[in-house]
This record gives sequence, structure tokens and C-alpha cells, in this order.
Amino acid sequence: MLLAVLSGFIFALLLVPFGKVLKGKWSILLSILPLALFIFFLQKIPQVIDGAILERNQWVPQLGINLDFNLDGLSLIFALMITGVGTMVFIYTSYYLKGHVYLDRFFGFLCLFMGAMLGLVLSENLITLFLFWELTSISSFFLIGFNNEDPASRKSALIALSVTGLGGLCLLAAGLVIHGITDSFSIVDMLQSSTMMQDHSFFMAVVCLIFGAAFTKSAQFPFHFWLPGAMKAPTPVSTYLHSATMVKAGIYLLFRLSPAFSGSELWHYSLWCVGGATMVYAAFQTLFRDDLKSILAYSTVSALGILVFLIGLGTEEAMLAGLVFLLVHALYKATLFLMTGIIDHAAHTRNVSELSGLRKVMLPVAVAGFLAALSNAGIPPSFGFIGKDLIYEASLHTGVFPLISTVALVSTNVMLLFAGFLAGVRPFIGPLPTKYKDLQAGSPRLWVPTLILATLCLVIGLAPGLISNSLIAPALVALGIQDYALDLKLWHGFNTVLALSATTIGLGLGLFFLLKPSLNREEQMLKWEKYSPLAFFEGMGSLTFRFSTLWTGMVQNGYLRNYILVILLFLMALIGYGMWGNFHPKIDFTQLLDLTFYETGIMAIMLGAIVFTVFTGSRLTAVAAMGVVGYSLCLLFVFYSAPDLAMTQFAIDTLTVILFVLVLYRLPKYLPFSDSRVRVRDGIVALGFGGMITLLALGVLSDPMVSEVSEYYSANAYKLAKGKNVVNVILVDFRGMDTLVEITVLVIAALGVFGLMKLRLKSRERIR
Amino acid sequence: MEILLALMTGVLYAAGIYMILRRSLVKLILGLILLGNGVNLLIFLLGGITKGKPPVIPDGPAVLGEVFAAPLPQALILTAIVISFGLQSFAIVLIKRAYKVVKTDDLDEMNTTDENA
Repeated sequence: MLLAVLSGFIFALLLVPFGKVLKGKWSILLSILPLALFIFFLQKIPQVIDGAILERNQWVPQLGINLDFNLDGLSLIFALMITGVGTMVFIYTSYYLKGHVYLDRFFGFLCLFMGAMLGLVLSENLITLFLFWELTSISSFFLIGFNNEDPASRKSALIALSVTGLGGLCLLAAGLVIHGITDSFSIVDMLQSSTMMQDHSFFMAVVCLIFGAAFTKSAQFPFHFWLPGAMKAPTPVSTYLHSATMVKAGIYLLFRLSPAFSGSELWHYSLWCVGGATMVYAAFQTLFRDDLKSILAYSTVSALGILVFLIGLGTEEAMLAGLVFLLVHALYKATLFLMTGIIDHAAHTRNVSELSGLRKVMLPVAVAGFLAALSNAGIPPSFGFIGKDLIYEASLHTGVFPLISTVALVSTNVMLLFAGFLAGVRPFIGPLPTKYKDLQAGSPRLWVPTLILATLCLVIGLAPGLISNSLIAPALVALGIQDYALDLKLWHGFNTVLALSATTIGLGLGLFFLLKPSLNREEQMLKWEKYSPLAFFEGMGSLTFRFSTLWTGMVQNGYLRNYILVILLFLMALIGYGMWGNFHPKIDFTQLLDLTFYETGIMAIMLGAIVFTVFTGSRLTAVAAMGVVGYSLCLLFVFYSAPDLAMTQFAIDTLTVILFVLVLYRLPKYLPFSDSRVRVRDGIVALGFGGMITLLALGVLSDPMVSEVSEYYSANAYKLAKGKNVVNVILVDFRGMDTLVEITVLVIAALGVFGLMKLRLKSRERIR
Repeated sequence: MEILLALMTGVLYAAGIYMILRRSLVKLILGLILLGNGVNLLIFLLGGITKGKPPVIPDGPAVLGEVFAAPLPQALILTAIVISFGLQSFAIVLIKRAYKVVKTDDLDEMNTTDENA
């Protein structure tokens, strides 16, 4: 299974060097990968029916992070959806984007996405789950922004990435908190310690973080706005990522973790509320759209809302309905998206009010659209009818507000039916405008995958046995529902559910024939845009940007002295705080009596020279005074037994002064740049810092000094290194390597000096 | 004597910092040199000062006598003096070059990479 997951990544990598070859007509060969994976997962079905397949691969065992994969019923449904729809999308893309400059890149991202998505649904480890989760977000970012020359595309991609990325971080945090509770990153372990989790004081945090991850990924209100924006992507991407697979990742997470959380009121009511609000709100939005992809985007959000809502209900029936609806939706929505792509490709518009009568020129596409619309509407004998039946049954039998639940579901379904017919039927009926007379359905590579998916909507409806024992039953087991009397069928007899279905279909069709798409309604809707969550999110974005600009302007103001001032003040506060209360210097004033006159004299000269350096108005005086300071220091070294230092200081000081005087005639005159207030402020800071250093030195001096290192060097200088001048021996022998590096530094500085002296600028580099 | 040296260190620090906070590049470098001297003096002072006993082993015995100046701080300061010379010489030549190109030694006019700003 490791290879199955990694194959997507390997293909994506291989496409970097070999993509050019496959870009032409051979690009259809790439669909072998998802097809092979699809077959691989198909032949696993008998094994999965007998029990989940667990595969362990060590990765970072010290941290409990392993590439463990668990193929159970739930993972299998998702894996088949990913590879199955993937195969269709790969074939479709090979024609849809034929001749595109970056076709290889596009396939690379698709492969990457497929690998990540497979890893996500198969992961048995919370950390690898997070990893694959983020990888899907990232590949989605690249795919949405595939038309990277379009600013709107880039913006949508960024919004999608930031919203889903935020959710990814929630997932990571949730994983860490769960690890804190169960001491394991394993999902199986976690599901088994359900009571321990629910009794833990961090339970609420875990649930909220999981919600944060699932709701952002699966576009639940109020995070739904990124999904309609993501429709800027090429249609195969919308089909694959933003209707059939990636947006279902959040649903997968909720399904996967539901055994651990079920029974908690927080879990059930939150999902019920959020899912319910999303499904009604998004379905309502479809009434106001006339762009095909926009309609489908909102109906996808609504369908995701239904799924969350069903998980929220949490009964066995609801889970069954959820699983079936998952498949129903993937099939019909992928069909509708692919169909939209064909229309867009041929007619160069996706506006429903402009499209009509296309059945006359693209019959196979019309058939596919009609079948998908049937399944979407839940009209028998389509697969959708079974799904809708199960949903109604679940909501009628639930303990959580059955009436409200059912009304909400019926109204959502009515509007969704309208949306499905608008997208799948409306473009094909009525008279054919003359401008579309010459349209064609295009290559079979476009319409065959579409038709295959559409046919499946019908075939599974007629023969639900195809999936009931092979897919749905193991998935129920994976959700912790054992021995459920599973009986998927079209006809349940005359009952309330049938009445509800009939009502839905009747109302939906009525709506479809009464309500014509119009620009006016869409414009009215746009007026409310500024109160939408998207506007809020964008507002937050620009606010953050303004704040950071302000903050950068304050902190990074570009004035060196301000930085130094901040550093100094902070250092003073830090050292001052440390010294506060602990500072008891023992100062022995009697030592001042031992002072000789040459010591005091040198000190006085040094002090005078410092004052001169600081306050003189002439550069030459300042440099000379600075030299005097150096020579005084040199004399101090002589007095206090440091002849080597004295010699070095003397030489260096002389050189510095000479160098300064050499370049001095090139330098500007001193100009009074700062006013007196600034000078006083700087003076106070400088004196404060200097005073603190004095106190610090006195404090350190009053503690007894232990110098083992000095003693070691003194004792061994002659014995080990045969040298009598200990300082020199340290430099050239004990720490000889340091000295070598030091010389290197000097050489580099010298080269720099030489280079700067000799540099001749070209005339255009000079400032005129 | 330590008290006076500690005071002198403080004065060198204060003078160095005051100069570093000026807007003129020349003063900035003078400030750096003064600060460097202050640091050297501080290390020297904290290493313990001894009058007239350099850490040189006299002819005859193989080790130093009982009282001697600590050699380690001296070795460190020697390194520091030489390195700071490298820094200073490079900085001096750099401001000369910078002045030649941008015609100012006002730091406030050098805080942007835009030529016209």
C-alpha cells in the first residue's frame, strides 16, 4: 500500500524530467496510473470484507510517527472514488488541456494530489494524516492558480490555501492534544479510547480543533467561500478536487473520528447546526447564479452540508445515508462538472441564460447531463433516489428535532434539484441558437468519461447490490456499526418517505419551470456580498496587512541609532533587573591611597582626551584625541604587567590614526545634524550605560577570582610548549588555530580595504 | 586603583555609545574605537590587575612565581585589539568610499536603497 500511495509522488517527480515527452498526444497514457490504482483497490475488496488491512512502515518511531496505512471499508470507498474519478479526469484532461504549455506541470500536480489524497484516507497515524492533508491543500493551491497569469486565479488560490491551511494547523493541534490524552498518534488507538477522550478536560478543545479542520476543508458555513472561488481552476480540477475528492476530506475526517466522539452532545449538535445551516444557505445561493460552475459550486457546498448534517444526526441510518449519498454525489457531481467543461470548451460560455438546445449538437453530453440531473433530483430509478430515500428515513427516525431536520432537508433538496436541472438539463432543451450550429461534442476522450460516470448513476440505482455488500457494509463496520441489516433497494412501498420524495420532485420541477435564470437576481445578490464571510475574511486580510505595515514602520524604521538605542535600553533594563537587590559591591577606598602620580596623571590625560574626542568640532582633533586615548591605554597596560598588550596597542593605534588621517581629506566636515534635545537624551543613555558598566565591574571585582585556565597555561607554558612568554605561548601554541583564523580575518579585511581603495565605479553607477 | 579603572571603563563606554548614536559616519567609527578600548579595559580589569609582574617566566625556573598577572585575559585582549583593527580599517575605507559615491556621511540619508529617496 505504501507503493500505491507513493506512486502519485513518484509519477509527479518523474514528470519533471520526462514531462516534455508526454506532453503531446501521449498524455492519455498517464491515466494508466489512476486506472492501475483503481484496479489495485478493487481487488482488495474481498480482503476488506473480511476485515481491515493494516500495514505498518516505520518512519520516525522515536516520535511515534509512522507511515502506517489502514485499508478498511471507509478508506476503501474513498480510495475507489479518488482513483475512479481520477481515471476519468486524467483521460478528460488529456484532451481538455491538449496543447497547453504547462500540461506536464498540470498532470504533475494532479498526480501529487492523488497521492496525497490516497495517503490522507489511508493514514493510520494522525501526524501523517496531517501531512497528507496539507499536501492536498498545497496541490490544490497550485491547481486553482494554474492560470497563473490571471490575478483572480491567484487570489482565489491564495484564499483557498489560507483557509484550508488554517484548518490544517487545527488538525495538527488536534493531533497533538489527542496524543497528550491517549499517548499515541494511532487513529485505531484513539477510537478505542473513546470514553477516556470524552471524559478528558481537553475533550472540547479536541472537538473544536477537529471541527476547525473539517469545516474549512469541506467548505462549511462560514468557511464555505473559498470553494466557489476555487472554480477559477480548470474544469478537471473543479471536478476532481472541488467536488468529488478533496472537499470530502473533511467529511472523511468526521466519518473516521465519529466512533470516538459519538454520544457527545457538543459533537452532534454542532454538526447538526453547521451542516444544516450550510446546506440550506448554499442551496438557496444556487437560485441566484447563472454561471454553470458557480451553480455547481454552491450545490457542492450544500451537498457537503447534507453530509455533515447526517454525521451530526449520528444514528446508524444516518451514517448509512451519509455513505450512500457520498457516492451518489461524487458520481453525479463529477458528471455535471465534466459536462460543464465540455460546454465551456465548445461554446466558450458557461452562462445558463445563453445556452439552449445543445442536445442537437452534442447528444452524448446531453444524455450524460440528463442522467446526472436525474440522480441529483432523486428521481427513480437513479442511484440518487436510493440516497434520498435513506436521507429522509434517517431524518424521520432521528431523535434530534425530526420535523425541523426533515423540513430543512426537503427544502434543500428542492433547491438542489432545481440547481441540478439548471445545470444538467437546461442547456440542452429548447431551440438551438444559430451561433451554436457548428458546435461539436469534441473528442470521445471528453464525453466518454462523462458518460461512463453518468451511466454509473443509473446502473447502481438499478442494481444496488453492486455496492451494498462490497462497499457499504464494510464501511459501516469501519464506523463501528456491526451487523446492520443492510438492504439497499429502489422500492420501499408506499410510505412517508416516498411521499416526501414525491413532494421534493414535484416542488423542484415546479421551481425549475417557473424560475428562469436572470441577471437581475444575481445583481441583487451581489448587493449582499459585502456582508458575506468572504468580505469579512478579506477585510481581516487587509487589516492584518495595514497593521503589519504600521508595525514594521515602527520597529524597522531604518535608523541605525534607533535600533542601537532600543538594544541599549533593553540591555540596561535586563542587567539592571538582574543587579537589583543582588548587588553588594565591597569597595575598598583605602586602595586609593596607594596611587602613584603617574597613574593618576595618565588617567587625567585619558579623561581629557576622551572629552576632546567627543566634543571637539574638528575631525583632525577628534582623531588625534582618539590616538591619545589609545596611547594612554597603552601606558596603563605597561603599568599593569602587560607588555605584549602595550606593544600591540601602540602599533595598532598608530596605524589607525595614520589610516584615518590618510582618508581624512576625503571626508566631509562635521555638521551639526542633531538638535540639543537629542544630544541630551543620548548623553543620558550613554552615561547611564557607562555607569552601569562601572557598577558591574565593581560588583564582579568584589567576588574572589578563580582562574584555573590561567594557572594551567602558566604552569605548562614552558613544560609543554617550551616558551617563556606565557601570553605569546597561548596565542601561537595553545590557541594556535584561533590565531590562524584571526590572521585569515585580517587578510580578508586587508583585501577588502585594498579592493575598496582601488575600485573604480562605472559612470552610470555614480550618483549624479 | 581598581575603582579608578572601573570608572575609566564606564567613561569609555559612555563616550563610545554617545558617539555611536550620532548621525555622522565618522563619529560612528570613532565611537566604535572608543567602545572597543572600553571593552578591552573591562576584560583586563576583570582578569585581575597586578603591578610589575608580567607573565613571563624568568630564566632558571620552569614555572612562574607565585604572584603574576593572569596571562589569559591578555591573550584574549591581544586578539581583540588586532581584530578590531581589521574592522576599523575596513570601516574607515568604507566610509571614504561611501562618501565618494553618495556625497554624504549622514546615516539618515543612507537608510534606503532607492537612489532618489
